Amino acid sequence: MNPMYLPLIPGLILGLGGMVLLLIGVLSKRDQTCTCTYGAVLALGLAAAFCLAAPDGVLFAGLLKTSLFTRFADTLVYLGAAAALLLSLDYNRREAMARFEFPVLVLFAVLGMIVMISAADLMSLYIGFELQSLTLYILAASARDSLRSTEAGLKYFVLGSLASGLLIYGISLVYGFAGTTNFISLAAILANGAGYGTIIGIVFVLVGLAFKVSAAPFHMWTPDVYEGSPTPVTALFGTAPKIATMALLFSVMLGPFGHLLAQWRMIIEVLSILSMALGALAAIGQKNIKRLLAYSSIGHMGYALMGLAAGTMAGTQATLVYLAIYLVMSFGAFACVIAMRRKGQAVETIADLAGLSTENPSFALALAIFMWAMAGIPPLSGFFGKLYVFSAAINAGLTTLAVVGVVTSVIGAFYYLRVIKVMYFDAGTPGFDKTASSVRFVMFAGALVTCLFVFIPGPLITAADAAAKALIG
Amino acid sequence: MLIPLSHYLFVAGLLLVIGVFGIFMNRKNIIIIMMSIELILLAANINFIAFSGALHDMVGQVFTMFVLTVAAAESAIGLAILVIYFRNRGSIEVEDVTLMKG
Repeated sequence: MNPMYLPLIPGLILGLGGMVLLLIGVLSKRDQTCTCTYGAVLALGLAAAFCLAAPDGVLFAGLLKTSLFTRFADTLVYLGAAAALLLSLDYNRREAMARFEFPVLVLFAVLGMIVMISAADLMSLYIGFELQSLTLYILAASARDSLRSTEAGLKYFVLGSLASGLLIYGISLVYGFAGTTNFISLAAILANGAGYGTIIGIVFVLVGLAFKVSAAPFHMWTPDVYEGSPTPVTALFGTAPKIATMALLFSVMLGPFGHLLAQWRMIIEVLSILSMALGALAAIGQKNIKRLLAYSSIGHMGYALMGLAAGTMAGTQATLVYLAIYLVMSFGAFACVIAMRRKGQAVETIADLAGLSTENPSFALALAIFMWAMAGIPPLSGFFGKLYVFSAAINAGLTTLAVVGVVTSVIGAFYYLRVIKVMYFDAGTPGFDKTASSVRFVMFAGALVTCLFVFIPGPLITAADAAAKALIG
Repeated sequence: MLIPLSHYLFVAGLLLVIGVFGIFMNRKNIIIIMMSIELILLAANINFIAFSGALHDMVGQVFTMFVLTVAAAESAIGLAILVIYFRNRGSIEVEDVTLMKG
């Protein structure tokens, strides 16, 4: 095989693997949910292995471009999707919504994400973005007999479609006023400055992408969709698509639109500040833990955007480190939410956790670790993520942003610590059902990584550094 | 007589505004929201075609084909979600989509 096509193999594995699993599910007389889920995890693992082994390359006449940066983001997406599939297996069975289409849809969503991440043309960007969005709408509504899940799907569909509509309108303006859709040509053309048409187009593109990373003020779908969707789907929403969209934001804003940094930096700063403030303030009143995590994720995206506002190599590295750490914390927290079941029913309020520390100390400790890490308390991993973005922002001269970040993380610590207080100091008997081993695996592996990151930060930092160099260098 | 580019852009901008307003001002029916989404995509398509003609460049027309395909897939999925929602709720009034708030 022509070595030029090696970077294509992960995508082929995901696409063809998804279709094969679909055929297995459709043609088989028995229920193949388990086979399809493990098949999908295997496909993700294979794709990750080939992705890491593949050289840099430009595919399809400049439509896709892979580099260390895309491989870093791809790996995070594969990890996130595999963890979501592991969590879904037991949850879907207990909720009587186990269908083989679920893992197949996750595979197609991941295919969309990796196309998006490695896009080097506005056309491939749009196709990847839509493939991802369309499958995620279905996943949000995948508990089709539940009113909450279908309502979440409907809301996500309406607001997500609006976002992609604005994105494509922006792309059409950029195409028209700059005259091309290719990233390299765009960068060359925009190096000489841009007219109003192009700038307006870029703003539209930015709004469309900000919707998907749920940066305030485009976050309104997030709490409802997080609360309504089945929890494994929520865990997926909180991680893989956000990481993919954030990677796309970096490659678009610093690639073709990189010369216009002075024009769009203000927008990113405002998005970042609003997201951090909203994530810290709106979560305080929440009683439902999924809604709490939704607001928390809005806040985390604010911190991640800080690296983009810096617009430097250090900023890119900081955000990549932040996203990797966030992925692990977030999955751990959602595994804990999935483990909250009483008499076969999922319970979701924070008050249900009262007295957990005496009944199930290891579960309580794991959730406490994730809450501490999200609040950014050293020596847990979340602290280092914040430290990196703050120092990148300060080095780029964005002191206001860093100050707002510190203040909001102090405010945010309140609601994270309240969860811990309820678990350890409130009286109660949660009486949770026995947790499946796959969920416990994600929970404790996540807790272990979050705790031990302080001892071995090297590999992640070096990889993120190399990825940032590949993007900007 | 040649129609200048600005006329096309104006029509497309108008369609975009109508579409966005249709989503936010509409208090009746979710089907109308889906029609508004189609209007936004059509606005982008008109832009693409107009620019493609003005720039003498085929990329815009190819892009339009992709957008049309995606629009079809999007309305199929949207209608499917609407159908399962209707089964559970018994209504597709916008004002009834309020189970979760806050």
